[in-house]
Amino acid sequence: MACSWNWNPLGEQTFYRRSELYSMAWDLAEELRDCLMAAAPYGGPIALLKNNWRKEKSPGSRPVLEIYSAAGLPLASIVWKSGQVVQLGWTASEDLLCIQEDGSVLIYNLFCEFKRHFSMGNEVLQNHVLEARVFHTEYGTGVAILTGAHRFSLATNIDDLKLRRMHDMPSLQKPPSCWAVLFQDRVTVILLATGQELYLLDNTSCNAMTPPGLSPQAGAYLQMAVSFNYRYVALYTDTGYIWMGTATFKEKLGEFSCDIRAPPREMVWCARPRSKQRAVVVAWDRRLMVAGNTEECIQFVLDEDSYLVPELDGVRIFSRTSHEFLHEIPEASQEIFRIASMAPGALLLEAQKQYEKESQKADEYLREIKDKEQLSEAVQQCIEAAGYEHEPETQKSLLRAASFGKCFLDRFSPESFVRMCQDLRVLNAIRDYQIGIPLTFAQYKQLTIEVLLDRLVLRRLYPLAIKICEYLRLSEIQGVSRILAHWACYKVQQKDKSDEEVAQAINQKLGDTPGISYSEIAGRAYECGRTELAIKLLEYEPRSGEQVPLLLKMKRSKLALSKAIESGDTDLVYTVVLHLKNELNRGNFFMTLQNQPVALSLYRQFCKHQERETLKDLYNQDDNHQELGNFHVHTSYASEKRIEGRVAALQNAVDEYYKAKNEFAAKATEDQIKLLRIQHRLQEDLDKPYLDCSLHDTISHLILDGKHKRAEQLYREFKIPDKRFWWLKISSLAECGDWEEMEKFSKSKKSPIGYLPFVEICVKYHNRHEAKKYAARVVPEQKVKAFILVGDLDQAADAAIEHKSESEMSLVLAKCSPAIDATVVEKLNRARAQILKK
Amino acid sequence: MASPGRRDAPEPPDFAVLKRLARDQLVYLLEQLPGRKDLFIDADLMSPLDRIANVSLLKQHEVDKLYKVENKPVVSTSDQLCFLVRPRIRNVKYVADVVHADKAAGRSRKYKIIFSPQKFYVCEMVLEEEGIYGDVTCDEWSFYLLPLDDDLISMELPEFFRDYFLEGDHRWINTVARALQLLSSLYGPFAKTYGIGRCAKMAYELWRELEEEVEGDSQARRPEIGHIFFVDRDMDYVTALCSQVVYEGLVDDTFRIKCGSVDFGPDITSGDRSIKLLLNAQDKVFAEIRNEHFTNVFGFLSQKARNLQAQYDRRRGMDIKQMKNFVSQELKGLKQEHRLLSLHIGACESIMKKKTKQDFQELIKTEHSLLEGFDIRESASFIEEHIDRQVSPIESLRLMCLLSITENGLIPKDYRSLKTQYLQSYGPEHLLTFHNLKRIGLLTEQSPGETFTAVESKVSRLVTDRAAGKLTDAFNSLARKSNFRGISKKLGLIPRVDGEYNLKMPRDMAYVFSGAYVPLSCKIIEQVLERRSWLGLEEVVRLLNGNEFAVTDPAVEDNPTWESQRVILVVFLGGCTFSEISALRFLGKEKVAETVPDCPLARGEAKDPALPPSD
Repeated sequence: MACSWNWNPLGEQTFYRRSELYSMAWDLAEELRDCLMAAAPYGGPIALLKNNWRKEKSPGSRPVLEIYSAAGLPLASIVWKSGQVVQLGWTASEDLLCIQEDGSVLIYNLFCEFKRHFSMGNEVLQNHVLEARVFHTEYGTGVAILTGAHRFSLATNIDDLKLRRMHDMPSLQKPPSCWAVLFQDRVTVILLATGQELYLLDNTSCNAMTPPGLSPQAGAYLQMAVSFNYRYVALYTDTGYIWMGTATFKEKLGEFSCDIRAPPREMVWCARPRSKQRAVVVAWDRRLMVAGNTEECIQFVLDEDSYLVPELDGVRIFSRTSHEFLHEIPEASQEIFRIASMAPGALLLEAQKQYEKESQKADEYLREIKDKEQLSEAVQQCIEAAGYEHEPETQKSLLRAASFGKCFLDRFSPESFVRMCQDLRVLNAIRDYQIGIPLTFAQYKQLTIEVLLDRLVLRRLYPLAIKICEYLRLSEIQGVSRILAHWACYKVQQKDKSDEEVAQAINQKLGDTPGISYSEIAGRAYECGRTELAIKLLEYEPRSGEQVPLLLKMKRSKLALSKAIESGDTDLVYTVVLHLKNELNRGNFFMTLQNQPVALSLYRQFCKHQERETLKDLYNQDDNHQELGNFHVHTSYASEKRIEGRVAALQNAVDEYYKAKNEFAAKATEDQIKLLRIQHRLQEDLDKPYLDCSLHDTISHLILDGKHKRAEQLYREFKIPDKRFWWLKISSLAECGDWEEMEKFSKSKKSPIGYLPFVEICVKYHNRHEAKKYAARVVPEQKVKAFILVGDLDQAADAAIEHKSESEMSLVLAKCSPAIDATVVEKLNRARAQILKK
Repeated sequence: MASPGRRDAPEPPDFAVLKRLARDQLVYLLEQLPGRKDLFIDADLMSPLDRIANVSLLKQHEVDKLYKVENKPVVSTSDQLCFLVRPRIRNVKYVADVVHADKAAGRSRKYKIIFSPQKFYVCEMVLEEEGIYGDVTCDEWSFYLLPLDDDLISMELPEFFRDYFLEGDHRWINTVARALQLLSSLYGPFAKTYGIGRCAKMAYELWRELEEEVEGDSQARRPEIGHIFFVDRDMDYVTALCSQVVYEGLVDDTFRIKCGSVDFGPDITSGDRSIKLLLNAQDKVFAEIRNEHFTNVFGFLSQKARNLQAQYDRRRGMDIKQMKNFVSQELKGLKQEHRLLSLHIGACESIMKKKTKQDFQELIKTEHSLLEGFDIRESASFIEEHIDRQVSPIESLRLMCLLSITENGLIPKDYRSLKTQYLQSYGPEHLLTFHNLKRIGLLTEQSPGETFTAVESKVSRLVTDRAAGKLTDAFNSLARKSNFRGISKKLGLIPRVDGEYNLKMPRDMAYVFSGAYVPLSCKIIEQVLERRSWLGLEEVVRLLNGNEFAVTDPAVEDNPTWESQRVILVVFLGGCTFSEISALRFLGKEKVAETVPDCPLARGEAKDPALPPSD
């Protein structure tokens, strides 16, 4: 059949196909062999360093670093001005590593923009790099170096640089004939060969290895190849013998002998997941050989220098003019397109073709599949095979066949079909010559759509990336927004446009797309030195919390402050305020706060706990005398211990209160100063603690101590209201039981509080006898109450009767117990009856 | 209270989930510091922590010894110290002192600070200033809400009131918003949101912003809470200033309820130890009396005691089998009930001793005349005497504030003399107390017209930009008149009663204040919920100084047949009193809504938010 014309059999089961991806667009003047080269896996870009080997560095022939897409379209180039490069390599995120002779590694992005550099250590610096390899493991991208002293150094992950020196080789005299990086049980080791010896090198040891089943006549090793997944190793010896086996050297996969003794230029594995016949591809200058565990091999003649790029499911071969893909035909394709295949998929394809020709044969073929109940298998096969084809025409015919077969099936989930159509649409789009990412279906699935989108973004192919997101209906946050954000980050770097233009362009495109972080874009703008643009962009950021940190970084603290306040998030305001405090001088800082009351009040809060003195300065600045007064009062009883200090603090407070026109507070404070002085004296005179008592308590203590003179003195000096003084004096006297003094006091003049309180206080201290003395003096209205208090119900009754008050009589009656107070009860009842009569 | 014919209040959602979340996160945080460690706990977090995790759980996760954060040198010998604290500068400084002391002694240990409910930047800043930023690791325990009862959750942030209303510090609003986010993720979305007050509005807006950022897929869920109602404490100070007379309120006033539990001293337990008693709906005796006016409580308790005795007595005349049954099934319950009963009776006695004294009756009488606006002169002299006789510093302040608020400020003569008397009684440092009270508008001087406008013009000058607007919002209470009298008239807060108010079968929420006054905050809630909007309340809103809002979430189907639609969450920003909770519970039974008040502040503090400036 038409599709299998370029199939080459290897053994009985498998075929290999070499198909052209692109004819290269680059128009290279040099031979590839004169350049240092690196091609990234997964259809990645190709880097060339020209003129690298020339010793004389005339200005005209400086090395040039060029980067091309896989289709040979130039992406960028720069003149190489740094040191001698030994090796180029690509990281997993498509950054270019340029490993220099002195062990420093420069990282460029795929537009030749310098990103950063790192060094492989002093030892490498001293001994220089002899050879280097870039490798990829699950830890990331690593670099292995063979130094001039024939020692190995490596770093497993360049983003988390930890240098490891490997154990010494058995012989340091000459470099190994070939070596490779292996990754076994999550450890990176080095496999190397010198002559007929094979060693495995790790941090601590160097073990000689013997491949099982190695032919005794094998000879010295010339070349080795490690498979894409580090599972298999192939060794080429100077007798033209190839050994293939597992990387653990426990199992042999096969061997092959060819008659070519010349050392091959390159050797790589060519296999795919679930491969039936794993093979190695060996390249000489003009010859390419695919060899497996078979008698025969496939040989191709090369017209020009070609280079091999191992991939997950095959090998890419590129030269000055073309870019090809060599791979093992996957099973599904083989079933369908093998000559005279009777597989269900093949029959279905044929049936569909006949159907298009309106031939009844279509029915016959279909019937044949249906009879064997293989229709759903046939559809599945066609769908799968479509994925392996590069030619859209072939893809379409296979999908048409699948769709045709689907019609005759009742329950066939359309999902796999739809999926495949979508995936192929995406794949065809990115394989386009202009885009130049020749991913196969298997690689695409391995890479995932997210990574693919990232790579498109890296190449600044924003519209295509967005189209793909929309086509696949990816969620906005994962898809379109992310890409737009990247676009915007790129946009801000365009220095030729004005800030206004850029900001507007970005806002127009991005709008309020969910998941867009304007602050991130602004951050990028700031990194590019466009502070004004960054501020403009931040205006679009809806979350103040995101604006503030960047504004602070850009030293726009005042703007940050107002943004923080707008957000209503106090914590954010604090962040800015304390930042400002360190950044500005004190005067400026206070001035800034002056205009931001929220910030000011927060800062005051902070000062109250951390820096009380600053608080004073703050109040001073606003002429806030009231608060200053409060401040001094607080100081006087919280921090000052000595009496002089306290008085001084209060004196300050008085001044401030006067300035604040708060006469009440000033007077009160003056009184307090007076009191403090008196208390101080009392304390010295009487040797008792008086300080810090209130005026009331002070007098009360004095009375308790019998210092009535002094108490009187205070009473007059502080103009204490008579009522209070009387209350105070009688309760204090009662407390110390000085009934005599109380009586004297009661007679000193007419009581301003009446005499009921005297009764109450005596009763409270259980002195009925004294109470009775005062009960008689109580004003008539309160007499009943007073007599009840002292328990003289008889007199109470008399008083009540005298007042002719019924409620008072009831009150007394309620207190009477009939047994004891019979006479009183009788008296009251009689009086009541009399009142009622009237 | 519930009489036949009324619909019962709907079941509130299961708040225990909040507890489980907090516990799991705490365990996770403790495990982040593997190995044995000593735990230092902020005094304020002790009681809440107690409700979340017991000592054995902490021990299970390798907590060796427990210490209180206090100003004492650390004696711990452990190599790992873990501090569980509120995000305050004071606490961070405490840790800094510990670290410095260790450094001086040449000791190296691991330190970890767990901030609850969130970390503030200023805390890290202090760590940095103290030069120990690198020595300490920080974490957040997002423990926002503590379920105190079946229908009560609290943020347990006593400093909220002071920080926001006095200092104008907005830091906790973010915390409130996050707590709401947590609630709505668990029980939401809420069909309708009402609110009044500046803080309420800010909290609501911040919460919406948070929700938008997350953009969850909660739409499909069936909400467990129908409505949410925000009230700023400064909308209604009056209620918080009145003496409480329902049982739970009195227990709080007398013994202090902390985190839903109370310590009864030996005089009540009639034993030699004090007993910690959890006060919630699980306590059968308490559940029946908590919302009752105090005068009913004693009668109820004695009835209960008789019933209990009768049940005990049943065992006479039982045969062996019945007796066995009785002992195995009923006895334990009876004994438990018996124990609770005796505790509550003890508490009652103690309250009676303190509260039925003449002073208390006169105090209540004065409060009532202040609320009604009668006999102001007499009340003022009662207050003066109250101060002169040093009856109680807090109660004197409370009365002064009540007088000021109901009368729109004290007349200048009273203002000076009462303050002078107070200073003479309790010391000059209260000068600062008065200053603070003035700032939040609790104790002010009646001002002639012109000063009022001066403040107003100052305010309007500040309102020029949005940012300043928020600040003046906080301080605006300065200029605000309380307008209590007008509001009271408009809403009918003083019930006109003919004859005795029946406290046994109350008609309205006024019963929580012996029938003299309907709590303003609760009245507003009732009115708005009845109208399902603020319509018709414009005048009241104006007198309260506005900032009301009502938002309907269009995404939530407002299906009145759903039981959950009758559940209403009331959020008090700045704390609430047990009287208000009782009133809302009454409202919940009377109308068709159960209310779940959330008090970010332990009740009592609301009464006297600005006592000694203990900074």
